[in-house]
Amino acid sequence: MTALRSIAMLGAIVASTSACVTINIYFPAAAAEKAADRIIDDVWQLRERATPAAPQPVEGEAK
Amino acid sequence: MIPLMTVVRSWLAIILFAAAGLAVAQGNLEIDTPAIGALKQSMQQRHAQLAPLYDSGVIGLAADGNITLRDASGLPLAQRGPVNALVAAENADRAALYREIARANGHPEWEADVRATFAERWIDRAPAGWWVQRGGGWGRK
Repeated sequence: MTALRSIAMLGAIVASTSACVTINIYFPAAAAEKAADRIIDDVWQLRERATPAAPQPVEGEAK
Repeated sequence: MIPLMTVVRSWLAIILFAAAGLAVAQGNLEIDTPAIGALKQSMQQRHAQLAPLYDSGVIGLAADGNITLRDASGLPLAQRGPVNALVAAENADRAALYREIARANGHPEWEADVRATFAERWIDRAPAGWWVQRGGGWGRK
């Protein structure tokens, strides 16, 4: 009888604790910033603008 | 001593569950979904038309994660309608983007946080010369 009651109580504790963990995950601010930067790079095409496709002049060949 | 074993086992389960939650929270956000990809592409195409308007200060980056028609005085009357439509379309895409990112990560309630994060990053990463809203006031970067 007591064993049954303690098992039931444990079940309740496990259920409520795991529910808390699932529902109340805090907002991952650092991951969101990273995600935002990746999307902003794409929308504003910042990486392409930062590295212009100008071909490197070949040096040392005129000698 | 079966109850003791059960206690140990269930606490182990709780700890593992919490650790898994933490791992999800500290990893990367899911942004590679078809819906997010389509929004990104739509915004990227529109950006070609928006860029000169950012440069001239007609539109600016607002603190709420949207863009705003800031100063239409330099804009010919005939262009005001189309520019307004561009701003509205961009803000609709942005709203959908923030909503989709929250949803793709299983937390629709994160939408406002996603929007706030983007608002900050759009403004921080805007090139010099663009108008941005910071602390309630507009200023030129």
